Amino acid sequence: MRTSRRARAGQYAALLAYLVFLAFPFLWLVSTAFKPARELATLHPTWLPRDPTLDNFRQAFDEQPLLRAASNSLVAALGAAVIAVLIATPMAYVMARHRTRLAKAATGWVVVSQAFPFVLVIIPLFLVLKNLHLINSVAGLVMVYVVWALPFALWMLVGYVRAVPAEMEEAAAVDGAGKLRTLVSITAPLLAPGIVATALFAFITAWNEFFFALVLLKTPEKQTLPVVLTHFLGAEGVADLGPLAAAAFLATIPSLVVFALIQKRITGGMLAGAVKS
Amino acid sequence: MTLVTARKRSAKPSPRAGGPGRPVDHGAWFLVLPALIPILVLSVGPLLYGIVLAFTDAQSGRTEPTQWIGTLNFQDLLHDTLFWESFRIGLVWAVGVTVPQFVLALGLALLLNEELRLRWLARALAIIPWAMPEVVVGIMWRLVYNPDAGILNETIRDLGLGDGRDWLSNLATALPAVIVVGIWAGMPQTTVALLAGLQNTPRELHEAAAMDGAGAWRRFRTVTWPALKPVALAITALNFIWNFNSFALVYVLTQGGPGGRTRLPMLFAYEEAFRYGQFGYAAAMGCVMVAVISVILAVHLVGRLRGGEDA
Repeated sequence: MRTSRRARAGQYAALLAYLVFLAFPFLWLVSTAFKPARELATLHPTWLPRDPTLDNFRQAFDEQPLLRAASNSLVAALGAAVIAVLIATPMAYVMARHRTRLAKAATGWVVVSQAFPFVLVIIPLFLVLKNLHLINSVAGLVMVYVVWALPFALWMLVGYVRAVPAEMEEAAAVDGAGKLRTLVSITAPLLAPGIVATALFAFITAWNEFFFALVLLKTPEKQTLPVVLTHFLGAEGVADLGPLAAAAFLATIPSLVVFALIQKRITGGMLAGAVKS
Repeated sequence: MTLVTARKRSAKPSPRAGGPGRPVDHGAWFLVLPALIPILVLSVGPLLYGIVLAFTDAQSGRTEPTQWIGTLNFQDLLHDTLFWESFRIGLVWAVGVTVPQFVLALGLALLLNEELRLRWLARALAIIPWAMPEVVVGIMWRLVYNPDAGILNETIRDLGLGDGRDWLSNLATALPAVIVVGIWAGMPQTTVALLAGLQNTPRELHEAAAMDGAGAWRRFRTVTWPALKPVALAITALNFIWNFNSFALVYVLTQGGPGGRTRLPMLFAYEEAFRYGQFGYAAAMGCVMVAVISVILAVHLVGRLRGGEDA
């Protein structure tokens, strides 16, 4: 394609502006996390800490039960990811291979479930879980996260199943393999990378989730990281900036690492979805 | 038993698996149930229960049984000026985030679709807001907006544009400041979706148009946009819904303050339900939110699809 030099320069300038806009808040968070308290108190903050320190991290762990919260988050996210994938894969398989009323209804639910405000779901959920004594328990939260992760998991997995040629399954069927056997021994291995990507995505969603955790978890020793992070914000918005930034930075690392692992697949999956529509 | 019947049916090689209208056999049911039961119990059920609650006087921690009160909640809601103010703020927020987000994301997607250097970096960075917990995004921007130690005011002071201000506590700037954060946070999904749509547009057509001497703008209007339109419609509709129902970002940034200037409907309903324990009333709010959003979206989508025919 012929693009004039001036247009190219303009494109690079625009790209640079985007890079700055996207990156600077995160850089500022990292910088704040390593600044000593007295630098944060001065009126003229600098981009780089003059005197980098780990004090904020130490103080963050002293002030709030971060390890406890991280382990709660880990249990909730792992539980949600594993269970969601285990139950979504067979259903996605049926949705991809059989165009039945059930599959249509499931697809409809995937779309409609995006539109409902959580508040309409959370009040009844709260009442139901309360009756089951699953309020203020990570197990109850896992159940909610599983269902909450299902729409996107189904959507991704249906795309991955469609990419596996149906002929291979037909061959297995001719050889007398049942539906479950076909799924376990033929389809699942081919789907494995897609299943892993879906599980990791469900992991991130659960790790990052705030609203359900805020409503369902009452005591500090049960709360997940995002909820505990908000405890750093004082009642009147007077926050201890250093530890706040340090804890927020730490809480982000797992999501960023996992996301980096699956970035290609997520964008690829969205591509597949878009191509279909 | 179920597996036996499944085997018999699928053993027939003639009808292609996945043919339209083929009835679900027992094996398929067996595969669907593990997901279907949780969906029914924890998603569809609560949703219906929530709609039912809207017609009751359900409250938290009350000993007397809940009673049917018909449409009383909705009548109260009609006169609840605080709720409608919050609803108005919700619409301003949802439109104020969705529209600039779309324009910015489209620009970025067009750039990323070009053969530029540093594209990999931009792609990686564009994803960061997506991976971050919303709570962290909120905290991060509070640090940026911080009146003394924040980088925004410092930049303003450096440029000699005054002393800056307390962006999030100022009545006039709180909502715009929060909207900027909303735009930032939702850029990745929108960009990725649009980029996917762009890579789907026919390249030959683009080149043919360039040969005919069509400028960049004409090529965009006649070749790119028609191909991109379905994706654009879908993502803006979804963004609008997601933004209208947004909670965590604003909860962390302002808690709905100052003076309710950023109190989105979700924050309002959350307080009503879990601070004041008015379950029935909050459920009614949820119903109204769904209803109004559905109407707005229906009008938007129908209008756009029609408009597409003359363009």
